[in-house]
Amino acid sequence: MPQPVKSEASATGISRRAFLGTAVAATALALPAERAFAATLPAAMRGGLIDVNVSLSRWPLRRLPGDNSPALVAKLRRHGVTQAWAGSFDGLLHKDLGAVNARLARECRQHGRGLLLPFGCVNPKAPDWEEELRRCVEVHRMAGVRLHPNYHGYKLDDPDFARLLRRAADRHLIVQLTLEMEDERAMHPLLRVEPVNPAPLADLVEGTPGIRLVLLNALRTLRGEPLRKLLAAGQVCVEIAMLEGVGGVARFLEQVHMRSVLFGSHAPFFYFESAFLKLQESPLSQPQLNAIRRENAQRLTPADPKHSQPGSGAGSSGMEP
Amino acid sequence: MALGQNREMSRPEIWDLHCHLAGVPGTTPEERLGKLLAFADRLGIARLCVSMGLELSQDPSPEKMRQENDEVLRAIRRFPARAFGLVYLNPRHTQASLDELNRCVRDGPMVGVKLWVAQRCNAPALDPLVERAAELKAFVYQHTWFNLTGNLPGESTPTDLADLASRHPQAALICGHTGGDWELAVRTIRPHRNVFADLAGSDPAAGFTEMAVRELGAERVLYGSDVPGRSFASQVAKVLGADIPDSARELILSGNLKRLLRSILKQKCLSL
Repeated sequence: MPQPVKSEASATGISRRAFLGTAVAATALALPAERAFAATLPAAMRGGLIDVNVSLSRWPLRRLPGDNSPALVAKLRRHGVTQAWAGSFDGLLHKDLGAVNARLARECRQHGRGLLLPFGCVNPKAPDWEEELRRCVEVHRMAGVRLHPNYHGYKLDDPDFARLLRRAADRHLIVQLTLEMEDERAMHPLLRVEPVNPAPLADLVEGTPGIRLVLLNALRTLRGEPLRKLLAAGQVCVEIAMLEGVGGVARFLEQVHMRSVLFGSHAPFFYFESAFLKLQESPLSQPQLNAIRRENAQRLTPADPKHSQPGSGAGSSGMEP
Repeated sequence: MALGQNREMSRPEIWDLHCHLAGVPGTTPEERLGKLLAFADRLGIARLCVSMGLELSQDPSPEKMRQENDEVLRAIRRFPARAFGLVYLNPRHTQASLDELNRCVRDGPMVGVKLWVAQRCNAPALDPLVERAAELKAFVYQHTWFNLTGNLPGESTPTDLADLASRHPQAALICGHTGGDWELAVRTIRPHRNVFADLAGSDPAAGFTEMAVRELGAERVLYGSDVPGRSFASQVAKVLGADIPDSARELILSGNLKRLLRSILKQKCLSL
């Protein structure tokens, strides 16, 4: 059960009155009319936020508010995001993933100004996919890759997927695995894509030494014991973009260790404020907030400086200067 | 207010159209509503509209319907300044539903009607319920969904609600969840000026609120969460994060609901 509001607010060093005042101010400030957002927040909710789930380029079926990189970067900064792990919507349906990844890396350099960390897309069912993986590491110096098995037409018991995990682990890459992008009930009828079945993952993680796995958009379909088993199988984390339920983050932390939980917004497909306000809705201690907001993501970020984006200013610490 | 202005920013009050007790931890209705309010406080949400009892029932018998409404009555009586009640009806039991409507709205503190998935809302069985609700100045909230994976047999679509709306232009009807597939539903309800769009209970997909405001006008859009199945955060983010004028935001967050409730609250000698 969540702790009483008063005691938790005290645990973060904020009085209840001050917290409620800033919560309301924060919601009001989170308007696109754009105000000085971060400066009004209590220290517990200010700055140093790492968002592990954003996407660049265009969603194939709708224009989204903030689907151009400068606008997205501006929005993230206003909410105190200092680093965002960015994939590309183009990776869902484009066959030329080499071009997708090159554009993603360029976009992050040009518009990220130290904030955007590119995660290239690799399809292990595509011809010569290992070359894409090599380019992600050696050309684009990416910290990780983002996979979309359901859009690329393979299941997680496919041997090629296991091979990709091994290659990624060998190259010290973070693997982001996206279980879904949108609610299956409201999809376009000609682009109906079932969520990824994560059942084989726990055994795969156990059998892949060194793999660092981040599950994106997972918490609608993956819950309870299967989730706990997977998180216990190795270095596996999950983000909160699709975590739902009142006081959802606090309740989730009663089931899993806080070291496994990351901040992810799924912006710009989702309103960024959704994930952000979840941290306010739940009564969380300062250590819990710190872990989710940045520390867990920093721990995953490789110490190897070769993963730093050329010219990005985003070093291995996971924080911009 | 434009960027960079220094005058104190207005903070619109937030009223939540769509809350339930089922699934909230706690053994009594009062305890559960108290817990919901504690979370609402953390986001500055002032009032909640509550419907349905401690357990969800898709096709409640008259007895079950009465029990669920009694549970809501208990909850809202504990927090009269923070919560409103909607009476849960089953159109498959017409007389029992009319009796409940009179008991809970005409003679009780409830202010609206909640209809779920017992029967599709274009059925003639709804006509006496909607007529009576309109007489009492109570709005009718109808769950709707355009579900690509298939609707339940009694689950309404926004098209069904549009049919109902055309028969009852005097009634205030709320399109629950804006049909889930909001890009279709907004267009479906657009011609019916007495139908409002509920933002609750779907993913916080960016663009939803902007489209609703553009096509319906801000005065026909209502904030709701569908807690506890959803979070307050993900749902209020649809309004707070939307690229819409502040005046529209204020209407959606509470202004429109206040307008819908003004007459019935006046009849009950209650002020907003």
